[in-house]
Amino acid sequence: MMRLELVKRPQRSALFSMLSPFIAFALTIIAGAIMFGLLGVNPLNAFRIYFIEPVSQVWQLHELAIKAAPLILIAVGLSVCYKANIWNIGAEGQFIFGAIFGSIIPVLFPQFDGPLVLPLMLLLGMVGGAAYAAIPALLKTRFSTNEILTSLMLVYVAQLFLDWLVRGPWRDPQGHGFPQTIQFSDAATLPQLMPDAGRANWGFVFALVAAVLVWILMGRMLKGFEVRVLGSSPRAGRFAGFGLNRMVFFAFLLSGALAGLAGISEVSGAIGQLQPVISPGYGFTAIIVAFLGRLNPLGIIAAGLVLALTYLGGEAVQSALGISDKVARVFQGMLLFFVLGCDTLIHYRIRVIGLALTKKEGAGKLEAAPKLKEAR
Amino acid sequence: MGGTVSADHDGTNLLEVRGLTKIFGTLTACDHIDLNIAKGEIHALLGENGAGKSTLVKMLFGSLEPNAGEIFWNGQPVRITSPGAAKKLGIGMVFQHFSLFEALTAAENIALSLDDGSPISSIAAKARALSYSYGLPLDPESLVGDLSVGERQRIEIIRCLLQTPQLIILDEPTSVLTPQEADKLFETLERLRAEGKSILYISHRLEEVKRICDRATVLRHGKLVGHCNPREETAASLARMMVGNEVQAVVRAPVEGIETAAPLLEIRGLSRKPATPFSIPLKNISLNVRAGEVIGIAGVAGNGQGEFFESVSGEVQQQDAASVRIRGKDAGGLTITGRRLLGAAFVPEERLGHGAAPRMKLSENLLLSRHATDGKAFVGAGGMVKGAAVYAASQRIIEVMDVRKSAPDPEAAALSGGNLQKFIVGRELDRRPSVMVVNQPTWGVDAGAAAHIRQALIELSRSGSAVLVISQDLDELFEISDAIAVMHNGELSKPMPIAEATFEKVGLLMGGAEPGHAEHTMETA
Amino acid sequence: MDITVNILLTIATAATPLLIAAIGELVVERSGVLNLGVEGMMIMGAVAGFGAGYLTGSPWIGLLAAIAMGALFSLLFAVMTLSLATNQVATGLSLTLLGLGLSGMMGTSFVGQPGERLPNLYIPVLTDIPVVGKLLFGQDPIFYISIALTAAVTWFLFRTRTGLTLRSIGDSHTSAHALGIKVIRYRYLAVIFGGACAGLAGGHLSLVYTPQWVENMSAGRGWIALALVVFASWRPWRVLAGAYIFGAVWIGQLHAQAFGIPVPSQMLSSLPYLATVVVLVLISRNKRLTMMNTPASLGQPFVPDR
Repeated sequence: MMRLELVKRPQRSALFSMLSPFIAFALTIIAGAIMFGLLGVNPLNAFRIYFIEPVSQVWQLHELAIKAAPLILIAVGLSVCYKANIWNIGAEGQFIFGAIFGSIIPVLFPQFDGPLVLPLMLLLGMVGGAAYAAIPALLKTRFSTNEILTSLMLVYVAQLFLDWLVRGPWRDPQGHGFPQTIQFSDAATLPQLMPDAGRANWGFVFALVAAVLVWILMGRMLKGFEVRVLGSSPRAGRFAGFGLNRMVFFAFLLSGALAGLAGISEVSGAIGQLQPVISPGYGFTAIIVAFLGRLNPLGIIAAGLVLALTYLGGEAVQSALGISDKVARVFQGMLLFFVLGCDTLIHYRIRVIGLALTKKEGAGKLEAAPKLKEAR
Repeated sequence: MGGTVSADHDGTNLLEVRGLTKIFGTLTACDHIDLNIAKGEIHALLGENGAGKSTLVKMLFGSLEPNAGEIFWNGQPVRITSPGAAKKLGIGMVFQHFSLFEALTAAENIALSLDDGSPISSIAAKARALSYSYGLPLDPESLVGDLSVGERQRIEIIRCLLQTPQLIILDEPTSVLTPQEADKLFETLERLRAEGKSILYISHRLEEVKRICDRATVLRHGKLVGHCNPREETAASLARMMVGNEVQAVVRAPVEGIETAAPLLEIRGLSRKPATPFSIPLKNISLNVRAGEVIGIAGVAGNGQGEFFESVSGEVQQQDAASVRIRGKDAGGLTITGRRLLGAAFVPEERLGHGAAPRMKLSENLLLSRHATDGKAFVGAGGMVKGAAVYAASQRIIEVMDVRKSAPDPEAAALSGGNLQKFIVGRELDRRPSVMVVNQPTWGVDAGAAAHIRQALIELSRSGSAVLVISQDLDELFEISDAIAVMHNGELSKPMPIAEATFEKVGLLMGGAEPGHAEHTMETA
Repeated sequence: MDITVNILLTIATAATPLLIAAIGELVVERSGVLNLGVEGMMIMGAVAGFGAGYLTGSPWIGLLAAIAMGALFSLLFAVMTLSLATNQVATGLSLTLLGLGLSGMMGTSFVGQPGERLPNLYIPVLTDIPVVGKLLFGQDPIFYISIALTAAVTWFLFRTRTGLTLRSIGDSHTSAHALGIKVIRYRYLAVIFGGACAGLAGGHLSLVYTPQWVENMSAGRGWIALALVVFASWRPWRVLAGAYIFGAVWIGQLHAQAFGIPVPSQMLSSLPYLATVVVLVLISRNKRLTMMNTPASLGQPFVPDR
């Protein structure tokens, strides 16, 4: 039997603040090796297939960018929410609604053509995501309804709504009954960055720009200060004259808009039409990205690339080794666990204490607590 | 100084402590403390805020583990590993910040600290009987959240007595009582002493220590200063032992012609419904604070002071815009930012988490209350914060207020209570506000910083501002106020000019006596 | 008449996993801990239950495996939030994400396999009583466990000293710690109990409700269970009422789809989720009620200083 004891540091540790994602990544690799071992696969071989092969050629880097773009866009928005201590976990739904709103033009007005189409689609996508995110924000501010549960429930509703759209009113009449909309026209398709080298599109640029802008917002602007104050001590925020309700809307609308932009970018860029399922859980994986990036937009760029790689690696081991591509989800989950655990080291030192002689607790009994290890 | 360890009181010591030490990180909170408590004595543990009293007591009660030192109980060496172990030995504790559960009844609260399996109904009966026998009437079925602070303390005391302890530790028990309630408590303590029980009485109030304590142990900066008989000391000599040097007395020049000065803060018939099930409603409060004066608001904690502060500061707005007026303008409908822009400044009771964001730097905490009033100086085009200007201003305040710190721009939580409070008060003084409202200006602050803050508030008023101070510390209010009003159960008495005010009169009002104070009041309106 | 009985029986079957998971979470939250990983623990219970039942041929062993898996998985959460003081919201979320991934991986080979089903109770004579016989004496064993669990948790929380201690920790962990109550130990036990319940609820899904393994078969029930606890303002019998209301909604929409009501099936399928939102809004509108009942230290990390 042993016990962990936390000893508060006088100041947050700058060292662990930097190291924690790397320690977490290393621990994930170790745990992953054990997992592959249990599955009867040589871990070294598996890791080569998982982490190296998917990014060994230029076109594969483009695939990585395609996967990373929505993750980064969504996670950057979520980081603002989480910094404000507002728990939007419904980004998946906002992603879907962004995709649906943005697709209004190419699906319902396919004859509408010209350079305005794409900007309008992107704008509508952001509006759609923000509007869907406004629902939990409204319920939280008006009725103090828990936003975690409402935003999550709305994900299921959004998925079903999309399913209905592509099987019902928006189904391509010439699509042989397949549940999908018509293919978007060229004017409604997000251009590729370097068509000769690979498929990566402008969505990745949007992600980088959003990350830099939010980084400036959070670090240099009064609004970012407001987010951080209200998130870390709401009462001090109220004392400062910052309104919590306004902040709930700001955080939800911003993160909803970015998730919506990610949604329409994905549909217009990578997929080219609406389908019943347009996301392999980007909205949830982005939560991991946000934490792995330490809620820092620049860190999120790096974290987004790492998590994108777990998707590609999952596909790779599935085809090469016949392991379920769910292995990607497992890696992602473990990564988040280890990141959260390592973050403890930023504020605390951890002492591991053996409980050898504490069976009898009472007056006058000695409590021998041999110190085994102390992580400083 | 009475620096020698006096001989044993009479007979054996119940508790002996030798060389007890507790280290938190780099801070030695208790450094080789010795302490002897005889049977049947009331022993005072004296010291300023931050002297290490609470840490020492937590080690005696088993909630903290000492790094070094020995404890003897009836001459036998013991290790007190948990509060349960302390209780088994016969040590009971009445906490300063009550360890009660608001959502549970008094009887359930008591049951939780008794280890026997007796049913709650029988505990309730026992508690009721005991409470009446000690003159501390208590309804065991009432929900703690609905009770006043004084009633809560009764639960703590009854809970402690039901464990039939030999040593009772009381941590600053009178800080939440009216003078009259404190007298009642002293009677109870004397009766317990007569029954042969020992009491460790923690306080920084010298008069009451002189009055009821047989011996005293004095701590300063975590170190033992010495032991003495408080009855043979003067309040001044005890204060010297506690503080180490003379604390400069606060100078308050008398004000004249205040009746004609303009009221800068006017509160007219302010009422507020309780916001939460456990909060106090405000009832028709009226008060004027004029340029040049300091008005003090006395009252036992939890009588609506927090609600009053929120209403005046604008953290909570009023329906009636005229119920709060600042510099002649209706401010009831304004936010705290709007009221600041009219020239008002506010210092709340809680430093960490209300007046300051604990995990943010001091410079960021400057921006907290001044991002709007000093918008041009601190915030540039497009909402970009001018970091250099904010930093320079925060350094200026740090220098003026003599804030001691370990880094150039540390996090607020890294400062001691006194230094952080100096920064928070300095942050507002730096604006030269015409109205200043302060809730508990020196709560938990060391004597040097407290004197500094009090003097600064008086000087602000004498330079033509209106200063309103809410405090539970009567000594403080008598030191700095030109008139004192009393808040009780959400109602505010008329201010009493300081020349006419006495502890007794104010104490009666704090206890809720009918405001028969009309003859003492100055006609301010 | 038979149709009514059958509908009532299916409602009970739909309500039982919600009830069990929510009762477990209620105990966890009463101790002041918010575990958002119910969905993850439930799906892990479901896959473990199905797998153990499928491999051993005994649904009873499956049931035990489901409980054990839920408890084990919750231990992960306990170590993180209680020993390492991590953010409870984020950790709970990651528990759910990890659970969904792990269960998918573990269950790859179970997809499409026929599973074992726990037999319904049958007591000669009693079960054969018309109408009430089947309702009272002819349901699956977990149904009876769920009712007993509700009663037992009520008794435990409000009639025992240990239950009082648990509630006191939820009200104020600092006060409890000052009194010498082992806050962390109680919370560990509460979290593991909650995990065992969620695992059992998952086992019900894959051993009774639909005896097969389907990825993500918990379909948000863990989240609905979380909502039920809020809806019930942390009272066990109200959780039971809420679970049966939701069971009815769930079954109602399925029947409506079967009857071919001219409404898109997706809209009907989204009813339970929309109902959750509506119910949460209705209950949280009454701020006083929520404030009086919410365990005051819910979700706050606790690090004792020693």
